[in-house]
Amino acid sequence: MKDRATFLFEIGCEEIPAGLLPKAAAELKEILEKVLETHRLLVAPISVYAAPRRLVAMSNAILLSQADEKKEILGPPKSVAFDNVGQPTRAAESFSEKQGVPVSALYTAMTPRGEYLAARLLIRGKTAREILAEALPRAIRELSFPRSMYWTGRMGARFIRPVRWIVALLDAKLIPFKFEGVVSSDATEGHRFLGRSKIHVTGPKDYLTRLRQNFVLVDPAERHKKIEREIQAVAAKAKWVVHQDTALLDLVTYLNEYPTVIRGDFDARYLELPSEVIVTVMRDHQKYFAVEGRGGEIAPHFLAVINLDRDRAGLVRRGHEKVLRARLADAEFFWQSDQTCRLADYTEKLAHITFESRLGSYRDKTERMREIARKTARNWFDAGVHGADVGAADRAAQLAKCDLATEMVREFTELQGIMGGLYARAQGEDEEVAWGVYDHYRPVGTEDTVPRNLTGCAVSIADKIDSLVACFGVGIIPSGSSDPFALRRAASGVVHILLEKNLPLSLSATVSIAAHGLSIHPPKLELTSEMENRVLGFISERAKYLFREKYGFAYDEVNAAMAASADDLIDVRNRILALRAMRHSSNFEPLAVAFRRIRKILEKAGMDGKHAGTVDAELLRMEAERLLHRESQELAERAGKHKRAGKYKEALEAISELRPTVDRFFDDVLVMDNDGAVRRNRLALLANLLKEFSTIADFAEIAAEESKS
Amino acid sequence: MPRTKTKIALKNNIKPANHGSLSFQDLIFKLQAYWSAQGCVIQQPYDVEVGAGTMHPETFFRVLGPNPYRVAYVQPSRRPADGRYGENPNRLYKHTQLQVILKPSPNDVQGLYLNSLKALGINLKEHDIRFEEDNWESPTLGAWGVGWQVLLDGLEITQFTYFQQSGGLDLDPVSCELTYGLERIAVFLQDVDSVFQLRWSGNESYGDIRLPEEKQFSAYSFEWADAKRTREMFDLCEKEAKSILTRRDHSAESAGKRKAPILAAYDFCLKCSHFFNILDSRGAVSTTERAALIARVRTLSCQIARDYCAANGWAEFLPTGRDASDQVRK
Repeated sequence: MKDRATFLFEIGCEEIPAGLLPKAAAELKEILEKVLETHRLLVAPISVYAAPRRLVAMSNAILLSQADEKKEILGPPKSVAFDNVGQPTRAAESFSEKQGVPVSALYTAMTPRGEYLAARLLIRGKTAREILAEALPRAIRELSFPRSMYWTGRMGARFIRPVRWIVALLDAKLIPFKFEGVVSSDATEGHRFLGRSKIHVTGPKDYLTRLRQNFVLVDPAERHKKIEREIQAVAAKAKWVVHQDTALLDLVTYLNEYPTVIRGDFDARYLELPSEVIVTVMRDHQKYFAVEGRGGEIAPHFLAVINLDRDRAGLVRRGHEKVLRARLADAEFFWQSDQTCRLADYTEKLAHITFESRLGSYRDKTERMREIARKTARNWFDAGVHGADVGAADRAAQLAKCDLATEMVREFTELQGIMGGLYARAQGEDEEVAWGVYDHYRPVGTEDTVPRNLTGCAVSIADKIDSLVACFGVGIIPSGSSDPFALRRAASGVVHILLEKNLPLSLSATVSIAAHGLSIHPPKLELTSEMENRVLGFISERAKYLFREKYGFAYDEVNAAMAASADDLIDVRNRILALRAMRHSSNFEPLAVAFRRIRKILEKAGMDGKHAGTVDAELLRMEAERLLHRESQELAERAGKHKRAGKYKEALEAISELRPTVDRFFDDVLVMDNDGAVRRNRLALLANLLKEFSTIADFAEIAAEESKS
Repeated sequence: MPRTKTKIALKNNIKPANHGSLSFQDLIFKLQAYWSAQGCVIQQPYDVEVGAGTMHPETFFRVLGPNPYRVAYVQPSRRPADGRYGENPNRLYKHTQLQVILKPSPNDVQGLYLNSLKALGINLKEHDIRFEEDNWESPTLGAWGVGWQVLLDGLEITQFTYFQQSGGLDLDPVSCELTYGLERIAVFLQDVDSVFQLRWSGNESYGDIRLPEEKQFSAYSFEWADAKRTREMFDLCEKEAKSILTRRDHSAESAGKRKAPILAAYDFCLKCSHFFNILDSRGAVSTTERAALIARVRTLSCQIARDYCAANGWAEFLPTGRDASDQVRK
């Protein structure tokens, strides 16, 4: 008998937002595989597909029914089940009735608690049809979407858009159920305009074929390929280079059921607009691909992906061209009208644009940013960083937010920063300043690039540190998924810039400058030092994360170095590198173990490590402790010298020479001596040692090999 | 108002409008005839300034409560900040919406909508028509819904929304709202480059009829409106609305004898919204104040929605666990 069948499940829906489709499909797969696995019906992974009007799951084989299950059920103890002549008692009979097994078929089973009456049951497996008829409507409900809706009434199910048809088949046989008034069937729907309605299908293969005939490419990979192929074909023919844009390609893949690429042109006079503006207008508003000529210059053409097999009457192209013309005309108008005054003149208008209701306007923010940017650039200049320019940083910070008041950015918000930079350059600001403004939102994510010049770095850091300090100051502290001001991204951005550009910076000093700025400029908010520390802790956490996940350092090395000091991330990185280099020398990890032991002893003795006390050389009775005292002072001096010269590896090497002496100390000396004065003196010795040698890394954070796993 | 005939000189030299296509008024007739055939009441535009067809009482009140209803109407909508003195070919101080409410939303609502485009002579296979996610919200009305903007060859021609809340209240049944941007559709059908070139009737252009209005109201909103007086008018209208809503409360003991004119309160709420828009276009509102003014209008509209439901005995629509008479009366 056939024990397997193909499985097809399609949720037919009104147009689902493109951005949500990939995740929804993945979730559907997970839900269905879990259901099938729980019910022991799964034999192979489920395939899922998504197109604007459908979420689809299918499999070439699932089991038609669960395997029968044999099960042993225990009844009353043997002593209760049978009387003294071995006849079944009332208890045995009622057990037999309850299980539906004749007394003669019962048997006794040995258990750890003695002999019990038992019955062997055969549980018939349920059919896949029964199980799925129940599970599929539940699966639809289980899919989660942001901003879901109800359409059959408040008590009705929620989904991303109304469900209008459902296909559910095992081979060609229906899995019958109802969901929000929709009855499952074998009929799907073709392309909204080119395909037929009510197409009966007999299984996955037939489904895919018939839908292709009806202008629906169910598989996103196939649509993706079709678009790519057609883009390449048009580009090759016209000798264009298409502006690479994977995010846009993914988006149009999920916006169309039958994507087709058409070309269009626009008036070359719009090429006078900055290419950033042209690309944004085409990409973000019309979802067109921009094309470039052979020299990399933007060309007056575009590629649009339409949801049709072809542009029958040429009307689609004409329509798209006309819409783009109006958009470009708008942009051209903004480009000109925004520049009827100078960028700096928009500062006044920033007073009307709120950053956050309690934190004042963008003009206030600008003042605060200028101060941080200036001091940051000044620090770099003093540290001899090549190209640090205090004046440029100040000017760029002053101009950075001005474009928020321009019409262009109000219309195309994604051009913030970029427009400011373009206007600045067009109005004759220094290149350094113009790029500083242009780049100051960067990096936008961990994959994004950092600002190209130091001025951009200073302004970006100023912007981000101000946001962090100001938001923390009014209690906007990210928690879980709630981070409306993208503060995590801001903190990561600061870390990212410093590390990528090798820039020294005291984070605590910078946070203090920001906090000071917040107290003298509106909103004139005083930040407690505790709150400053919270900001620093927050940045440290992001730094730890990036050191580990982006730069691939070991977690314990990162923790050890950052526990010693986390103020300057370049310094932190140097110390991590030294740790990594020293890590496998013979003395190192045993010394780490010893340090951990010291910390435990001190903790037990109630010492916090900060107040070490002084060591009285007179009270050092044993040779081992005298030696440790003497040698640790010598080594501390040597290590200190190396450390000051930035030679962390050499410093660590010096420290690790202490190992035999420490080992001998623990072999010979009992720290917790009965004599209180001796005891205190020994604790002071250890505390000082720990303090002295923990300025590069807190060795106690190093996981020794044996305790790592 | 005497009509001034103005010759419009537009930058791009213009080809004559495609005379074979629908005039602006024919477009309206066709859509009205279509929706009338779908069982809609054909209503008239509301006579108080509104920013969108949603603000017409035929939408705001009808979507509340359990009663089925279908209605369609043209609604001139004023957006002071969008005024461009008639110089921009696509932007208007006052544009024209055709609004359809289908309550409850029928299963084939997308099909009904697409058929209306066919009724306008649009061949759906010759155009790239798509439904792209666009969720709609009106903060002043405490209303929101999910849906799409309908794009025709990349041009946004309709807002399509499944109403989820209005006046801060959950809606049941769900109404579907279709809002056609008539100028855009007409520009598409007549294949002209500017709204002002549209043929309105047999021999009058859109510019002939509307250009002076665009110029004058743009000038008023951007230059002439007196911020202080506008603010006072906002305050006055808010007071009047509140006074209606509050008095209703006092007369509650003699229930039934003197029902409060909630509809009149709503008119004043709409006026508040309009005055707010003027202040906004005048640049007289800081972002913080903006949020506060919007909240004041919303407070009114939400109270009105609750009172309307209460007056109709739809207690199940009122928020539970909370006295429906909060906010305004505090």
